[in-house]
Amino acid sequence: MLAFDPHSKKLLLSGNEAISLSMLHCKVQIATGYPGTPSSEILETYSDIGGYAQWAPNEKVAAEVALGAAFGNARSLVTMKHVGLNVASDVLYTSTYSGVEGAMVWVVADDPGQASSQNEQDTRNHAKAAVCPMFEPSNSQEAYDMLRIAFQTSERYKTPVILRMTTRVNHSKSIVRITEEPLEALKPSFVRDIPSRVMVPGYAKPAAKRLRAKIEEMAVWNSQEGPNRVEMASDELGVICSGISYHHVKEAAPDASVLKLGFTYPLPATLIKDFCSKVKRVVVIEENDPYLFENIMAMGITVEAKLDSIYRFGELTVDRVKRILAKDNSPEPVPVRGRPPALCPGCPHRDSFTALKELNCIVAGDIGCYTLAALPPFEAMDMMIDMGASIGMGLGLRHVLPEEEAKRVVSVIGDSTFIHSGITGLVEMAYNRPKTGHVVMVVDNSITAMTGQQEHPGTGRKLDHTPAYKVDYGEIAKAAGIENVFVINPVKEYDKLKTVLQDALEKEELTLIVAKSPCVLAIKSIVAWDKANKQNSGILL
Amino acid sequence: MKVTSVKFAGIGGTGVVKASDVFAELVFDLGLDVKKAEVHGMSQRGGSVASEVRYGDKVQSPMIPDKTADFLVVFAEDQVPVNEISLKEGGILLTPKDIEIDKLPTEKALNVAMLGKLSTYLDFSLENWQKALEKLFDPKFHAGNQVAFNVGRESRL
Repeated sequence: MLAFDPHSKKLLLSGNEAISLSMLHCKVQIATGYPGTPSSEILETYSDIGGYAQWAPNEKVAAEVALGAAFGNARSLVTMKHVGLNVASDVLYTSTYSGVEGAMVWVVADDPGQASSQNEQDTRNHAKAAVCPMFEPSNSQEAYDMLRIAFQTSERYKTPVILRMTTRVNHSKSIVRITEEPLEALKPSFVRDIPSRVMVPGYAKPAAKRLRAKIEEMAVWNSQEGPNRVEMASDELGVICSGISYHHVKEAAPDASVLKLGFTYPLPATLIKDFCSKVKRVVVIEENDPYLFENIMAMGITVEAKLDSIYRFGELTVDRVKRILAKDNSPEPVPVRGRPPALCPGCPHRDSFTALKELNCIVAGDIGCYTLAALPPFEAMDMMIDMGASIGMGLGLRHVLPEEEAKRVVSVIGDSTFIHSGITGLVEMAYNRPKTGHVVMVVDNSITAMTGQQEHPGTGRKLDHTPAYKVDYGEIAKAAGIENVFVINPVKEYDKLKTVLQDALEKEELTLIVAKSPCVLAIKSIVAWDKANKQNSGILL
Repeated sequence: MKVTSVKFAGIGGTGVVKASDVFAELVFDLGLDVKKAEVHGMSQRGGSVASEVRYGDKVQSPMIPDKTADFLVVFAEDQVPVNEISLKEGGILLTPKDIEIDKLPTEKALNVAMLGKLSTYLDFSLENWQKALEKLFDPKFHAGNQVAFNVGRESRL
């Protein structure tokens, strides 16, 4: 059952669905990414409605694949959440120098309010620092429209472009009307252009100058024709905003004049100056960092901003916008706390963490459902920072702690996270071996569970659940120099898991334990996908 | 037409988002402007979940400001205190206490029964409700949903 009819001209879509549909109409030839809330649904929906999409091991690889395709004159797209851009930023910062031949759009989803993220970083800073043009839609219609504009901008200026989303825009549904014809598909082909794409200093220095010239040209274009909107009303109060904040502003202050920015890097300086000259008081309303505020102030225009100590954190709402406009900096009402999330009943991670807790392990943890083991009743994870960090942090502790404590340290990482960023940690483990050895436990539930059950290179299935090569974690470990590898079902073989773990902690060796048992929410789907693949392969044989 | 706001709330995995999808589809189908907001992600693991639907001639923010919801439809009693700040003075609170639970075909159909109860307060036709339910659910659930919807409509507790 499709989420929506891709042929319909008027639809009720989430921001993510609107992007998927726009991708279809923009004839995106290859779409890739790594799952991360709130961006995860885009690629699977694109695949469902007939587009070609694939999951990459991590965001960096995804961005490189998309960049290569754009060098080959394709239209490519890569999706990730804000922290995923940290992983892929190495690609971003130099691909703006090289530019692209076809077109490439980065859909990056920020999470103001941290509904499902470890930090609240603001991608707009990356856009500016990497000199990458950026669009910010405020609803599903704009997500649909701006992706198209982003591709057109990418093609016109031969540059990668960021479409910056936020949780509310990704996940809110609103009405989308399709009025324009689909774009013509690009024809991939390779034209050699070594000075543009080989970023050695001799070629990168002139590329940096070309990039700055291009950005200045875009800023002028942005003031004249960018997808920004001036809504003049009051000459007393003007508001400058972008993204979802625009709708909060329209509701909180219907009489204010509004400059709604859609193309937010490079900023349309002329347009902003002109707007500010027409109203007495100008307030910038934005979530997260004071990105618009600081950059407008740097233009020599005096505008007001929210009080950082209160309003920099969390999402904005209609009520918060009213408070900001009224300069009300009194303490905000404290919301009643809801029920916190927990590991599902029957989740295999419950058994793995029971063993770790019973053996009094110091657990360097990682990102996934199993991070919930840090909360009561388990409280069996001692640190979690970023994807793959469990192994490095565990090794750091092993190197410095007194022997008795060092021998309690275990790195715990999920299957998808291990593929994403755990493999280099294993290489480090064997290369800079701690005196007490080390133990890594891959809690393998055979799916990327937390973000909604996506496939990855360890599941043996591609994004669309058709067969793929299945990575063997144990073989990777052995090749990296890990001496002992065990694969144990934490549910069915709990006693064995505990014995093996205890033994591994006592030995001063390098051990990888794969605690393998499928996600209870995903098991039905996994069985169905594997069965379908088996039947299909039978027909093919 | 002023904006009407309906908040659905409960625990992850109990059909909160599905109910709001059905309701949003219904008002969309009638040609009204509609927006729907919710937060996915960690909340689906047995934690609190809320989904907000706003409709009218023109809807701006997808999020319901505090004390402005016309209806608060809660699928788990313990989620009332978490969400009641949304409800306006004189707004309608619906909870499982309003439903004859033992008449439901399955416990999972509570969300559809809650929609049935909600339907008695709104001017939409039964055909509209049915159309939205059929569009959003797999055909194998249609018969059970019809029963659950009517249980919700007819419960007088």
